[in-house]
Amino acid sequence: MQHDKHVVVIGNGIAGITLAQKLRTRSDCRITVISAESPTHFSRPALMYVYMGHMRYQDIVPYPDWYYKEQKIEQVHAFVETIDFETRTLKLQQSEPLTYDKLVLATGSSGVYYNWPGMQLKGVQGLITLQDLELMQQQTKDIKQAVIVGGGLIGIEMAEMLQSKGIQVTMLVREKQYWQSNLPEEEASLVTQHIRACGIELKLQDELAEILGDETSKVNAVKTKNGEVIPCQFVGIATGVKPSIEFLKTSGIELDKGILINHFFETSIKEVYAIGDCAQFKDPARGEPALEQLWYTGRQHGEALAAVLNGDRKPYARGPWFNSAKFLNIEYQTYGFVPSAWDEQKYSSLYWEHPGQSKAMRFFYERESGRLKGVNLLGIRFRHDLCHYWIQENYTIHQVMEQLTAVNFDSEFFQRYEPELLRQYYQQHPDRQAPAKQQSWWKLRQRFSLFAETPDNS
Amino acid sequence: MYITSDNTLYSYFKHIGFTLLAISLLCLLITLTGGGNINAVTWGLSGISLLTIGSLLVIISSRLPKHVSHQNNGIWQKDATTRGISAWVLGIVLTGFYILLYWFPDTLHGLIAALEPLSQWLRNKPSDQWFLYGFFYTLAVIVMGVHALLKYRNNPYHLIRTCSVIFFQLGFAFLLPGLLLAFNQPEFYFSYFWPLKYDYLFPGTVGYLIDNGQALGVFMVFWGAVLSFLATPVLTYFYGKRWYCSWVCGCGGLAETAGDPYRHLSDKSKKAWQWEVAIIYPILGFVIITTLLLWINSWSGGSLLGDLSGGFSRSYGFFIGSIFSGVVGVGFYPILGNRVWCRFGCPMAAYLGLLQKHLSRFRITTNGGQCISCGNCSTYCEMGIDVRWYAQQGKPIIRSSCVGCGICAHVCPRGVLKLENGPVDGRYNGSSLIQSDSLKILS
Repeated sequence: MQHDKHVVVIGNGIAGITLAQKLRTRSDCRITVISAESPTHFSRPALMYVYMGHMRYQDIVPYPDWYYKEQKIEQVHAFVETIDFETRTLKLQQSEPLTYDKLVLATGSSGVYYNWPGMQLKGVQGLITLQDLELMQQQTKDIKQAVIVGGGLIGIEMAEMLQSKGIQVTMLVREKQYWQSNLPEEEASLVTQHIRACGIELKLQDELAEILGDETSKVNAVKTKNGEVIPCQFVGIATGVKPSIEFLKTSGIELDKGILINHFFETSIKEVYAIGDCAQFKDPARGEPALEQLWYTGRQHGEALAAVLNGDRKPYARGPWFNSAKFLNIEYQTYGFVPSAWDEQKYSSLYWEHPGQSKAMRFFYERESGRLKGVNLLGIRFRHDLCHYWIQENYTIHQVMEQLTAVNFDSEFFQRYEPELLRQYYQQHPDRQAPAKQQSWWKLRQRFSLFAETPDNS
Repeated sequence: MYITSDNTLYSYFKHIGFTLLAISLLCLLITLTGGGNINAVTWGLSGISLLTIGSLLVIISSRLPKHVSHQNNGIWQKDATTRGISAWVLGIVLTGFYILLYWFPDTLHGLIAALEPLSQWLRNKPSDQWFLYGFFYTLAVIVMGVHALLKYRNNPYHLIRTCSVIFFQLGFAFLLPGLLLAFNQPEFYFSYFWPLKYDYLFPGTVGYLIDNGQALGVFMVFWGAVLSFLATPVLTYFYGKRWYCSWVCGCGGLAETAGDPYRHLSDKSKKAWQWEVAIIYPILGFVIITTLLLWINSWSGGSLLGDLSGGFSRSYGFFIGSIFSGVVGVGFYPILGNRVWCRFGCPMAAYLGLLQKHLSRFRITTNGGQCISCGNCSTYCEMGIDVRWYAQQGKPIIRSSCVGCGICAHVCPRGVLKLENGPVDGRYNGSSLIQSDSLKILS
């Protein structure tokens, strides 16, 4: 990117800020990041910890002010009203208009509401933005009961937050188990049991029908489709997210669910790009989602577009999928592709679960070829670099088992459960022989070069 | 764990605990002020027993009902842990205790007298203010050690580490030095070495130990020298600085137990880091140069420096030993965090840190590209390291100040960090799954 160009990024979430940072490493162009939400980038997944009192807002801001000054990344705290693609001008609320040479849309996503009666009542809200957090702090002060609608990752976070304040929480989940659209039967069941054991009232196979309020238009109960009335003073809506593209509806840019892009993040308008939650791939690769709405994919989009803008025009190739989350006290990691249900003829899986504690491991693979497709973990940590390598290099389950003991990432002195999984594997595959010597992570790291080229630490 | 009847029971215990604490404070106050009119031993020991039982009741009833991942709930919302009024009150009481202890020990006469039977039994010597200090120090490590054990109860690293600091404080820094006195041997702390215990390698102390301790004294000198110059580099090479700072050391032991509720108060700014580097290495340099000068002086028969040794011990002991490590280091726990001395002042930490940075297998590995930049690691780092800075770039955390307490890895909600020892080759290389910045932060 030439130094006299002006790159404007709308949105300072992880996608937008990563783009600005990575662009800067190889270009001295002018970079401006605009956000209506917050004056600077903060960690969205950490909002819950501010509510719970583990941190203050300033603690979830990853880069201090001096960083942006030193990196010459300008930050504008303003709301973009309209974009004129003809004159390349942004009209800002209460601020001078801004012109760009290249525009990056990284506006993120917002909550999905399903037109429930009563959803405008006080005490009904989602949790996505910083403003949502502040609102939630006000609306949950001194309340006793809350209902969370939706069984996803934001729903369980909200439940944990509320519970930390001694509020009794009921969750309404449409499916038979918590997060069943994403987790296989066993994992979903394990997490479901854990949620209940933690004292959260989990109402499965039920949905929100109506939100009831009192005479001051404050919520005082919800009515479910099964006809149950649950008293509550707060309703958390966590029924999914959709790209935030409202302000672009009449701008002429090609939209579907999100802003349509190709694999270089180019939109239908010249010099305008879209990354992160708000972007939608026009032509996703087979089996890949059109929308990638994770923290991690946001960061990867930012890295990839920065490379494109810096002249390294390569189509986005995400590499093996990965994600992590926490269901109350259970850590969750997933690598590659593990569906919630599969054709037993085609696929198989090796699954181990701890009899007493909430811990599980699953290796999902193609039955015929043995090729590893993905790994699911609950309460056990694996090394990202090695899992990534196995999946990318098309390892078979049999090759993976030979290196299994190297993959654990749990803290020192923690009990290791890989030997139990191995025992299970060798029972199922009596024809296989355990290797004479177990591999060590450090040897594999060296052999496969699983590290960045430049050592750098200051 | 959220069952109401349990919570009622716990809240009942908590109330009893606080009641006992209040009574114990009254007993201790009477012990301090009662003079000759009261039986100091009865009042004092009653106060100490009630203090211990009351504290344990409060600790158990506030830690046990909460799951391990909820132990930090409300830390930044409570007065006592956010430099509120109660934090200042506690800070001033602790600081005041140090001031009385160092400069006005007579005011503590009642408490000193209360420990007379214990001192006689253990050390075969009358109680004094240092015995009183050692006793309360050890009690704090044990009682708050129980607190740490409960707070981190699902994590074997913290369970073992906490037991280790309790063991070394109780055994090596309290019982053993007392027993040595009982057997008319020189008082010696086998868990402290030069340059932290700077005078252990001063000619004066060496001469005293050899003259007064005979064979055991020679062993003490030998032990001190071996630990400082051989065991320290070797152990630090294999395990990092943590083998000492968060497993053995008494200052570290108090910080990891009594100081644990204040760990988030450490200053994470770049400025603080610049101060840290500007203070701690000059202190190490000062101890090294002085030790060398004293030996040269000693070999030359005192012709060079005269009685500098005594003068040095007095001034260094006063400014660094008393004011820095005691008054500021511990007294200001509730205001500045729990590792101020270890971070800014300790020459042993500086020495271990240089070894850790350049000659060690230890690092904190970041798991690929999994960091979500939440900031829990940096917030709860007692040494004020911006752990997230490295983690969000997929880099290993290798910092000379890191004491390896392992709390960053414990509070990470995604399990992204792991303390481990591995090959020196490629130690600084991060993950290739995330692009990293090349910006230097300490400049």
